[in-house]
Amino acid sequence: MSNAPLTNETVHRVSFLDKASLHIPILRILQADGTTYENAVLPVIDKALADKIFDTCVFTRVLDERMLGAQRQGRISFYMTCTGEEASIIGSTAALDKDDVILAQYREHASLRYRGFTTEQFMNQMFSNEKDLGKGRQMPIHYGSRELNYQTISSPLATQIPQATGVAYGMKLQGKRNVAICYFGEGAASEGDFHAGLNMAAVLKSPTIFFCRNNGYAISTPTEEQYAGNGIASRGVGYGMHTIRVDGNDMLAVLAATQQARAHALEHNAPVLIEAMTYRLGAHSSSDDPSGYRSKEEEAKWQQHDPVKRFKLWMVNKDWLTEADEAKLFERYREEVLAAVKVAEKLPIPKLDEIIEDVLDKPTPALRKQLKELKEHISKYPKAYPKSAGRL
Amino acid sequence: MAQMNMLHAINEALSIAMTADERMVIFGEDVGHFGGVFRATSGLQEQFGRDRCFNTPLTEQGIAGFANGLASYGMTAVAEIQFADYIFPAFDQIVNETAKFRYRSGNQFDVGGLTFRTPYGGGIAGGHYHSQSPEAYFTQTPGLKVVIPRNPEQAKGLLLASIRDPNPVIFFEPKRLYRASVGEVPAGDYIIELGKAQVIKQGSDITVLAWGAQMEVVEKACERAEKEGISCEIIDLRTISPWDVETIAKSVTKTGRLLINHEAPLTGGFAGEIAATIQQECFLSLESPINRVCGLDTPYPLIHEKEYMPDELKTFEAIKATVAY
Ligand SMILES: Cc1ncc(C[n+]2csc(CCOP(=O)(O)OP(=O)(O)O)c2C)c(N)n1
Repeated sequence: MSNAPLTNETVHRVSFLDKASLHIPILRILQADGTTYENAVLPVIDKALADKIFDTCVFTRVLDERMLGAQRQGRISFYMTCTGEEASIIGSTAALDKDDVILAQYREHASLRYRGFTTEQFMNQMFSNEKDLGKGRQMPIHYGSRELNYQTISSPLATQIPQATGVAYGMKLQGKRNVAICYFGEGAASEGDFHAGLNMAAVLKSPTIFFCRNNGYAISTPTEEQYAGNGIASRGVGYGMHTIRVDGNDMLAVLAATQQARAHALEHNAPVLIEAMTYRLGAHSSSDDPSGYRSKEEEAKWQQHDPVKRFKLWMVNKDWLTEADEAKLFERYREEVLAAVKVAEKLPIPKLDEIIEDVLDKPTPALRKQLKELKEHISKYPKAYPKSAGRL
Repeated sequence: MAQMNMLHAINEALSIAMTADERMVIFGEDVGHFGGVFRATSGLQEQFGRDRCFNTPLTEQGIAGFANGLASYGMTAVAEIQFADYIFPAFDQIVNETAKFRYRSGNQFDVGGLTFRTPYGGGIAGGHYHSQSPEAYFTQTPGLKVVIPRNPEQAKGLLLASIRDPNPVIFFEPKRLYRASVGEVPAGDYIIELGKAQVIKQGSDITVLAWGAQMEVVEKACERAEKEGISCEIIDLRTISPWDVETIAKSVTKTGRLLINHEAPLTGGFAGEIAATIQQECFLSLESPINRVCGLDTPYPLIHEKEYMPDELKTFEAIKATVAY
């Protein structure tokens, strides 16, 4: 029987297991000074890969800093940063094949950048202009790209988790040598969809990587009020899947864990859970003020674990990077992002006709009628609908 | 009387209800110390302690199921769903459990002490998932009351009534008015009876009916219409389920015309139910077809939000067209 207990050990007095019974070590490869632990087993990485990872880190830092600024100036309505979590996000994405499908939560724009999403494409989405792949329908940061195998973000939390199980199962049935990876926060891991998705993946043998960014907070709710167990990793074990906990601020640890998770998922047609212990350095979103629920001292402590800095020191130690290269890269991206903002915010919004497209494969008669009436109405009051009146 | 915004009025109602009823607990995502993402529960944890006002893990399914259990054991449960768009993970617990607890047990068990509060509606640049008006999904389910206030005074009185109603209530709060709507609110404890619509303004040519945040919109549209010599009777439905057929039918019998406005998509929206009933009740008094101004039959779009909304101008045009029919 496949679901027989793993051990036949019996005891003869009551003895309960608790969260401490489950000993879950944290994988850490990089030390704070950028050297590696003496006996550490490094991931597969060469200079080209390291350069690409670092480039993505710098771009993401710049994007977050500039777009948060743009939000404060009222140029975009909303923004979310991934500051502090770059190693978790980029380190895991860098372990994947470009045909592996990514199902993200919302804070993983660095993955999309790693795959090649252009600065213009980011801006087009955030400014909801006519070039936005999502046709201006969703809030800023809800990116998606079919070309880059990055499914479009949906705000309801955790819905992507069982979907990832389904995507990966489809890959298995189609004989692809690919996995689906799904990102989520430790908050989202409380949703019913999380439990359903993991259980199905384990039972149906779906090659899925479940990647939890355990960043300490779900909006204002700290992990102590989110779960009482041994993090999220203990649940992976509970569902019967290979599980690892990594230092989410250690690029090399995340990369190594994900490379091996991917290999395991493919070799055994089995899911893997990775719990990355990290910290959300910024606010939850541009609408949030963390000073209402956590201290400056706590934030400052985590600033010292800056994942980008740690990885940079490693590259510097290897003579793959100089401080001057880094400064140049920051400068280049600052200019690039600013220039892209200026272009994107001037482009017109999508045409009104697009409002009824993609509800179904073709607009229904009712929708056509609604559009026709809407256009007549706007023609009558063009000043009240300035963004679409000019191009009906 | 004091001037306050809707959030303040809701907070005051919660505090009054908790003071009066020591079995009342409030919970949901971020509602504890932080006071909720909109700050509706600010200060309640300090006032009533962590046992009575607390954060839950991030699971609407869990929140609703937990609330059902609490209420079935005689507690007064006020659960916050952070945005109405996220009530759907709790849908099974609400429509299959909350709504049927009393009926299926032959009244041995009930969850009458349960109220869900949730911010609904658009106009805040929130796109698909921070703008929906899902009231009609719940009106299709017998066993629930659905209530939507339009301003601070109504919010306080209707919320206190919802919490004390011996039936489960879903209380939708118009989030675009949370801070924007400021008005006089009576001091102390008062309730506004559920199930009763309110005639806000008398008129003779047409009845204009709406609820929640759309009340502002229809009031402005009616002001325009009045300038063109059309006398509008304006009604706020307030309780969407069970709804006040009598008040609406009486008004339509007088005016001979009805226009219903809601933000949710037209098809399957609650306006359809009202139109069918009033058509039957008032057939011989009607002088024009019952008209509806609603959201489009698309998901709630971000950039075309203005175009999507059943706004003042669309309502004004529909009033004129209905009267000129
Ligand atoms: C079903 C659902 N409920 C509530 C929300 C509102 N919400 C958005 S983000 C968030 C916190 C998520 O925390 P976590 O999953 O830990 O991710 P993090 O933001 O920390 O990256 C909440 C409650 C939502 N988007 N979806």
